[in-house]
Amino acid sequence: MARATRFWPGPWAEAEALLEDVMLVAALLVVMLAFAAQALRARRLLYSALWLAGASALLATIVYQLGAPEVAVIELSVGAGLVTVLFVFAINIAGEETYAGPPLVPLWAGGTAVLAVLVLLGALTQPMAGPAASQANAEGSFAEVLWQARGLDVLVQMVLIFAGVLGLLGLLAESGAPLDQPVARAVAAERQRDLQALERIAAEVKPRDEVHV
Amino acid sequence: MNDPLLTYVLFGVLGLLGVGFYGLLFSRHLIRLVVALQILVKAAVLAFVLAGSASGRMQLAQSLAVTVIVADTIVAVIGLALAVQVRRHLGTLDVRDLSRLRG
Repeated sequence: MARATRFWPGPWAEAEALLEDVMLVAALLVVMLAFAAQALRARRLLYSALWLAGASALLATIVYQLGAPEVAVIELSVGAGLVTVLFVFAINIAGEETYAGPPLVPLWAGGTAVLAVLVLLGALTQPMAGPAASQANAEGSFAEVLWQARGLDVLVQMVLIFAGVLGLLGLLAESGAPLDQPVARAVAAERQRDLQALERIAAEVKPRDEVHV
Repeated sequence: MNDPLLTYVLFGVLGLLGVGFYGLLFSRHLIRLVVALQILVKAAVLAFVLAGSASGRMQLAQSLAVTVIVADTIVAVIGLALAVQVRRHLGTLDVRDLSRLRG
């Protein structure tokens, strides 16, 4: 866990640093939740993508404060960077229509389901309140764990990245065949006109040639 | 979880899950559903880091969180590609309209 260093260490310095860390993370959590809620409430989809990017950046900061810098870097670059670009790109293609009206699920049923899930998860995470497991020393570095202990995960990630590239090609693909596009049609029509003009010229020239022969 | 910091983070995870589930249930726009999925996965990433911090196995938690982030990005790419193609072919992104379609 990243702790702030003090120039004048005293008996209360450690407790003060811990309190500052707790307050900082708590404030970041509240702001991140507000950003996430705004991402769903914003009227325009473009604003939704920007609120989501802000939530990603705040999540990266929180994760860094908790002592996971590698995850923070990846979350910041992928979550706040790449995914935002993808959202903006997709919104640009698909348009920004908004749909008013009641949701598919009734409000009382959805609210009850969300509350039930949260209560259940809260009850399930109660066993975590016990003492921390003493397996910290058995771990190697992040690279060792990622490439050796979790090597299969890395292979799955590679397969997923290829699937993602194919998905991106689907995002970029046009709906019609190439010749159905307006520019292609215009070029084809111009070529057809040129061909017909050449045929007319050839038809005018041929009889004279035959007369001469 | 005796550390108050981890308790706050646990509440943050639950809050993010609540916001994500709310978005999944009540959004009608297909792209906004992908946004809700992203929020849910952020909760999962934070939960992995919280569990690693609580159990003292942070490197394992980081490795799993990285895998989740990669999978989440691919899900976003596929979901957005699907939304774009649905918009092109059917002319709408409203889940209510799409649920009425018969093949």
